[in-house]
Amino acid sequence: MALDKNGIAQRIAQELRNGWYVNLGIGIPTLVANYIPQGISVEFQSENGILGMGPFPWEGEEDPDLINAGKQTITALPGAAFFDSALSFGMIRAQKVQLTVLGAMEVSDNGDIANWKIPGKMVKGMGGAMDLVASAENIIVAMQHTNPKGESKLLSACTLPITGVGCVKKVVTELAVLDIDPERGFVLLERAPGVSVEEIVAKTAGRLVVNGEIPEMRL
Amino acid sequence: MIDKRVANADEAVAGLEDGMTVLFGGFGLSGIPENAIAAVRKRGTRNLTCVSNNAGVDGFGLGLLLETRQVRKMISSYVGENAEFERQMLSGELEVELIPQGTLAERCRAAGAGIPAFYTPAGYGTEVAEGKEVRVFNGKPHLLEHAFDASFAFVKAWKADPAGNLVFRGTARNFNPLMAMAGKITVAEVEEIVPLGTLDPNNIHVPGIFVHRLFQGEHYEKRIENRTVRPRP
Repeated sequence: MALDKNGIAQRIAQELRNGWYVNLGIGIPTLVANYIPQGISVEFQSENGILGMGPFPWEGEEDPDLINAGKQTITALPGAAFFDSALSFGMIRAQKVQLTVLGAMEVSDNGDIANWKIPGKMVKGMGGAMDLVASAENIIVAMQHTNPKGESKLLSACTLPITGVGCVKKVVTELAVLDIDPERGFVLLERAPGVSVEEIVAKTAGRLVVNGEIPEMRL
Repeated sequence: MIDKRVANADEAVAGLEDGMTVLFGGFGLSGIPENAIAAVRKRGTRNLTCVSNNAGVDGFGLGLLLETRQVRKMISSYVGENAEFERQMLSGELEVELIPQGTLAERCRAAGAGIPAFYTPAGYGTEVAEGKEVRVFNGKPHLLEHAFDASFAFVKAWKADPAGNLVFRGTARNFNPLMAMAGKITVAEVEEIVPLGTLDPNNIHVPGIFVHRLFQGEHYEKRIENRTVRPRP
């Protein structure tokens, strides 16, 4: 069965390693914080200016001076630090953040990502996404495998204006975990429990490498 | 001590003229200069080019200046959540330039640090790169970006002393220190002006040299854009 949003987040959380600083984008990526594996200690960076971001506040304890990049009210954990936006993007460009998790509208099989604009329909802007994808070494995309029309979002080339070039390393969808090898395309690593390789092949428009038996995700 | 205090918000916006480029601090609705925005609206200055990470929401923040058509051009990184903004943009009444958030921050910092331009990898290979010089460093392409040239900067801090030394609170800091550095005339509004000597010099976020006019704001609404909570167990 295909994963729900929480399942995607839970699978991505398995990629976390001890001691990493992690930037989570808006949407499904935010949920990753709910599934940090036992024994793993990470610190969350939000690009509007905090390291050591904690969970959402208890009702009645919201603070307008304490928000994340999605403008949600948050808390600061003991050991947290606040800083300005230039310092924040300084640490991003200088690759002090080990993992970036982002949503996307399209990903291409050479690692291009599109997630900021649909010409004529939606222009919200790139926010910090272009800075993140241009510099981050380790970018995982969390998204649905297909768009609401049922069309694949894993393409040979993005049709929407791109956010960054050749930057995505891994994609986790409700159906599959795939690495991106710029030479060979999407490399199928795991499938969601009960999802067939055939379904993943049918819903992936870009080049797809399927090598041998593909294991099910363990959640 | 050079006293930076002015009487009120109206005095703080004196000299703001039609067509100027103005920086507004804040991220979303957090740390926005509420009183200065109200004073600019009252002053009626038009054709402004506004640099701000976001464009406020309908009826609050920079949404108030969009409502009165005082903004000709908006330079931002993210502009969702504002119907009037979208309407003006789609009808062509409002010019919009979207730039990466880190680039926006650095273009402010550079302006305040005497750096006319710099290279960043953000936006290479995208629409943002159109018309910009590309140069490769360590095998990686970068874009040349220029410091902002802004007549005014409006920022909001938590506390200040009369010398204009600023202290921010939480993530309301965001773009405010950088824009404070970048303004030819920097106007800082704060929740509280404390007596000289009561701020610890070790913990000043923006030294008063960057602040030209200072006033204590009134009636801060500090609206929350996206209230998210855990239900109590």
